[in-house]
Amino acid sequence: MIIDKVKKLCAYYRRHPMSLALRALTVLATALTMLTMVFLITYVLVKGVPYLKPELFALHYTSENVSMLPSIANTLILVAGALLLAVPLGIFSAIYLVEYASRGNRLVGIVRITAETLSGIPSIVFGLFGMLCFVTFFHFGYSLLAGIFTVTLMILPLIMRTTEEALKAVPDMYREGSFGLGAGKLRTVFRIVLPSAVPGILAGIILAIGRVVGETAALVYTAGTVAEFPRSILSSGRTLSVHMFELSHEGLHTDQAYATAVVLLVVVLIINALSAKLASKIVKM
Amino acid sequence: MIFKNKSQIRERLMEGVFLVAALASVAAVFLICIFLFANGIPGMAKIGFGNFIFGRIWAPTDVPPSYGIFPMILGSLYVTAGAVLVGVSVGLFTAVFLARFCPAKLHKVLKPAVDVLAGVPSVVYGFFGLVVMVPFVRENFGGSGTSILTASLLLGIMILPTIIGVAESAIRAVPETYYEGALALGATPERSVFSVVLPAATSGVMAGVILGIGRAVGETMAVILVAGNQARMPNGILGGVRTLTANIVLEMGYAADLHREALIATGVVLFTFILIINLCFSILKRRRIG
Repeated sequence: MIIDKVKKLCAYYRRHPMSLALRALTVLATALTMLTMVFLITYVLVKGVPYLKPELFALHYTSENVSMLPSIANTLILVAGALLLAVPLGIFSAIYLVEYASRGNRLVGIVRITAETLSGIPSIVFGLFGMLCFVTFFHFGYSLLAGIFTVTLMILPLIMRTTEEALKAVPDMYREGSFGLGAGKLRTVFRIVLPSAVPGILAGIILAIGRVVGETAALVYTAGTVAEFPRSILSSGRTLSVHMFELSHEGLHTDQAYATAVVLLVVVLIINALSAKLASKIVKM
Repeated sequence: MIFKNKSQIRERLMEGVFLVAALASVAAVFLICIFLFANGIPGMAKIGFGNFIFGRIWAPTDVPPSYGIFPMILGSLYVTAGAVLVGVSVGLFTAVFLARFCPAKLHKVLKPAVDVLAGVPSVVYGFFGLVVMVPFVRENFGGSGTSILTASLLLGIMILPTIIGVAESAIRAVPETYYEGALALGATPERSVFSVVLPAATSGVMAGVILGIGRAVGETMAVILVAGNQARMPNGILGGVRTLTANIVLEMGYAADLHREALIATGVVLFTFILIINLCFSILKRRRIG
């Protein structure tokens, strides 16, 4: 039965060698993509996990132990700060675009185009802008605060777009039902529409966290590269990604760089998987 | 205007708050343009527009210094072209497989795998390139290993998920009737896909390619680790090269005065490239909808 099938297939492809070549190319390309992915992840894990030693998480960074603990703390502060600013801003603007702006409103078009532009700007340009605006013009100096403002702008379009999609996915029935019961627009938005859009919004926020954790180029000249715990929000501090970059750029601590790469990779991949899981929930709804 | 009651005031107030939030991204783009151009253009003017863009020598510490970024423009161009060559050829075939030939069960495994590739931070890619690809290129092709070739390969891998994602959904958006029509005319499934479905998805696929180009041009940290960063005219694909992005990061730390302004102006040039690429992308996207 199976042999028959294979025979048929062979005969078919003998008649159409070009088709066989094309089919083979697609399989080959996919295999290549997958192999690259598997090789990259396993290589970093295999090389890095043995070096995940306690001194890599020492309380104080020295050029000997290249501890990543201060960098992890800086990363957490940066993520928290950026979310604090970008989440309300992103959600509010999405609410305006979906719930308030009338159809064909010219402002909506402008906001969409600028948000699209913003999401296409490379992180080094954000870094340059952050340096010129927050570090120099507003005199924040190299500081976590300057870093926070910079990455806020980077993740704003991401949160806006995912929230917009989540709000649009809420059936109009919900809104009509709420209006029918006598609720005002504001109440409808906050009590009915937003709660039903939570999984989608959360997926966007988590994706944004992943972006911030993996960000490097925008932070080198805004948050700076000091490898210590910050004294305040106005002191400089390197995030884990920047730490990783410095380690590989110096080239002195390759084993520790592997271990740092493991931590960074695992954290970002878990964050992304979480976001994907939440996003698939809205599709089911 | 007279409001009937408190709740109406609150409604109006919050609508205003939402509106202001929506304007934040407009303000952000506006501010970025202002700050970059205001800080970059004067430097460019001092150096001379032609000398800056087409100057072949970048030697900011020489006396007298020269600030020509043509080597870096070429560097970005070559590296991006190489990345597109790698990323598009592999990405397009992968997208065709995922969209048309892949069994549903296998798709459930492969799609998240592509997402994993998309999620890897660029500095981890750079590190991987540094410890794996640079020695590989050095041993198999000669040279120092940090080269246009290495950077192109690495960037090609980095833009793969972008191209695969956009191209796959473009191919899926082509009506099934196209495929069936081609089959009915006697074409093999492969032929139907490659000569009927794929051409119908062209503008979507192109949008993905342009998005990939944007990512490759703007990539910084990974490129710095594998490209060699020599600020001279590129010579051969095994020679080192410096991109526009690398130029900014490598020297901004110690640059002062006109040197600093020249680096900001480098950012302006990069930003202009990106704006043009974005424009192409949105035009293609509009056309797909229309």
